[in-house]
Amino acid sequence: MPTLTIDDQQVTVDQGTTILEAAKKLGIAIPHFCYHPRLTKVDACRMCLVEVKDAPKLVTSCSNAVRDNMVVFTGTPKVEEARKSILEFILINHPLDCPICDKAGECTLQDYYFRYSSQPSRFKDNKVEKHKVVDLGAKMVLDSERCVVCGRCVRFCREVVGEENLGIFNRGDHSEIGTYPGKKIEHNYQGNLVDVCPVGALTAKDFRFKCRSWLLCKADTICPGCSNGCNAVVHFTLRSFNGIKGQRVFRLTPRENNDVNKIWLCDVGRWGYSFVDSIDRLTTPALKKGEDFVKGDWDTALRETASGLKTVVERYGPSAVGVIPSPHLTNEDLYALKCLFSCVLKVANIDFKLPGLDKGEGDKLLLKADRHPNTRGAELLGLSGTGLSAEAMMEKVKTGEIRALYLAGSDPVKYIGEKAEEALSRAELLIFQGTNFSASCKLAHVILPGATFVEKEGTFTNYQGRLQKINKALEPLGEALADWEIFTRLGKRLGAYPSYRCAEEVFKDMAREVAPFNGLSYQKIGPQGIKIADSSQ
Amino acid sequence: MKIVGHNLTTKESFYFFEIAKGLWITSRHFIYNMYFHIAHLLGKYPEVPAAVTIQYPEEKIPLSRRWRGRHRINARPDGSPRCVACMLCETVCPVQCIHIVAGEHPDPAIEKYPVSFEIDVTRCCWCGMCEEACPVDALYMDTGKNPEPGFSREDLLYRKEQLVKEMPLPGCQRSLNAPGQGPMEANPLGL
Repeated sequence: MPTLTIDDQQVTVDQGTTILEAAKKLGIAIPHFCYHPRLTKVDACRMCLVEVKDAPKLVTSCSNAVRDNMVVFTGTPKVEEARKSILEFILINHPLDCPICDKAGECTLQDYYFRYSSQPSRFKDNKVEKHKVVDLGAKMVLDSERCVVCGRCVRFCREVVGEENLGIFNRGDHSEIGTYPGKKIEHNYQGNLVDVCPVGALTAKDFRFKCRSWLLCKADTICPGCSNGCNAVVHFTLRSFNGIKGQRVFRLTPRENNDVNKIWLCDVGRWGYSFVDSIDRLTTPALKKGEDFVKGDWDTALRETASGLKTVVERYGPSAVGVIPSPHLTNEDLYALKCLFSCVLKVANIDFKLPGLDKGEGDKLLLKADRHPNTRGAELLGLSGTGLSAEAMMEKVKTGEIRALYLAGSDPVKYIGEKAEEALSRAELLIFQGTNFSASCKLAHVILPGATFVEKEGTFTNYQGRLQKINKALEPLGEALADWEIFTRLGKRLGAYPSYRCAEEVFKDMAREVAPFNGLSYQKIGPQGIKIADSSQ
Repeated sequence: MKIVGHNLTTKESFYFFEIAKGLWITSRHFIYNMYFHIAHLLGKYPEVPAAVTIQYPEEKIPLSRRWRGRHRINARPDGSPRCVACMLCETVCPVQCIHIVAGEHPDPAIEKYPVSFEIDVTRCCWCGMCEEACPVDALYMDTGKNPEPGFSREDLLYRKEQLVKEMPLPGCQRSLNAPGQGPMEANPLGL
């Protein structure tokens, strides 16, 4: 293990560590463009030059491994001069697009210019003109003029995705990246190109021109797109008017977690947030009157639900009630649901496993076939196998043996199809609790609006059995409530039910009662999550 | 605490001389103003002001070159707004009265343009920071106009189409590319 000195600080690192990584360990930032911790090193940008004692010239810190007793300086006048020159060199042909560039505010080149250079351009000739607004496929746009030819995107496609999509064409100041003639990028990881691009050369069509980066707030969350549970950051705005009226969530970006998603996020998850602000969000409780729905308030809707459930349980026994929760709900929601139905109402027919729940299209890298973030959590909470299966429940609804059906976020019509539609229309009492309008929602007698993953606190358990926390970024749209809160309010009307005030209280109860969660708290989960069970597969 | 009193002198305590002195001052101003107002009507001594009062609707104070009036958006030679929808004015606006929706321009050289640009003038605090923030010679407050009252909130929502038609006040324009104007003239106040 070599020990070296960087800027008068000693550090011991593993053999083979580069100077840049060793400096990072000490908290010394060395500017770089082409280096990316998860890609091969190519020495292309020369921005990371540092001075090493007894070396004849400056060395690139991203590719040179440390040696024992090495003495490195990262801030000498020689290094500063080199950085200044490299920046001036890169900026010769860089257009002054910052006002209209989507990357402005989070652009490495912009940051480095203000930190290390801040000098006016001395370049008098015309800048080299390259292609602007190049269409790279359904999701990406390329601006060659802004590109600093670091090659990170090319290496990302080659090394992480395993496809040769992009290449660097031409030479010298005319070099630019692009796809091969007649080809477009089609893989499921294009969004990461925006993240690896240090400048605004690659921008996503989904986010393009919608909002400036500095107007966005951030909150740590978990991607709800599939059971992989990729760590993500949700970018949202709290401004009353924000460009596109009604849009609050603008993008999801990945958060580093070595055990789950490394530093990547797939496009399905990244651009799957649109349901949060979509037009079909359920915002007020509604009751069916004849053929139409009438807007109601929480009091009426809950009274209707509680009295309906009570009547069915009293008249026909708890076996006449069926509950189909959705693995889109958090552990807290599911635990509150379980408390309500199996403890208060003694209902045994709770099953989340609708047939075809895990039959999506997965890939080898991140995306899983099961497109639900909390399937493992629902399994661990025992929300399956206690009574009838979901499919059997639908049959019994059809025959009239199950009279009341509670759909907590689930959409049987989507998975079972017409048969479910027929069954649901025969139910005596159908309660739909969820975030968005769906085919099953149309048949419901009472609609209770729930909160989406950015509007509530909670935890998801991914397919590995890793418990990870989501945070509340926004207030629920309209009158919607977090699902655990709906169950709490409903529970109060149905019998002895603990009065939870926040998701953390539900979690505390769950940590006491449910074995895999024993002894856990939100503090213990931390930003990277904690493994509580084995993988389901 | 010390109360400073003023004891009347013998002359003052008669009041008569003081009343006469006050009347003299009033009459002097009255006669002076009356004389010059009549003289102005007859076209004489136009350079001598008759009274300190400015006869507002007919007469206006020359505006300072820095005076911030209603907004306008500078136009390109083809009449489209110069604004590139960078949202810097929206960002810097302390009262959040500017709302921009950006869109993709068909010309890749322009790239970004405002699909809609609204200034909610009921919220505007006339600080002029939007004008300072604008990086592309687009937003100015040099029309020299006060906001007009409106009958609805809609009337007071200035849109792109309206803002781009506004002209700078001659002599007060702050843009070298202002439409229909030559280079900036001398300051009317001589500042």
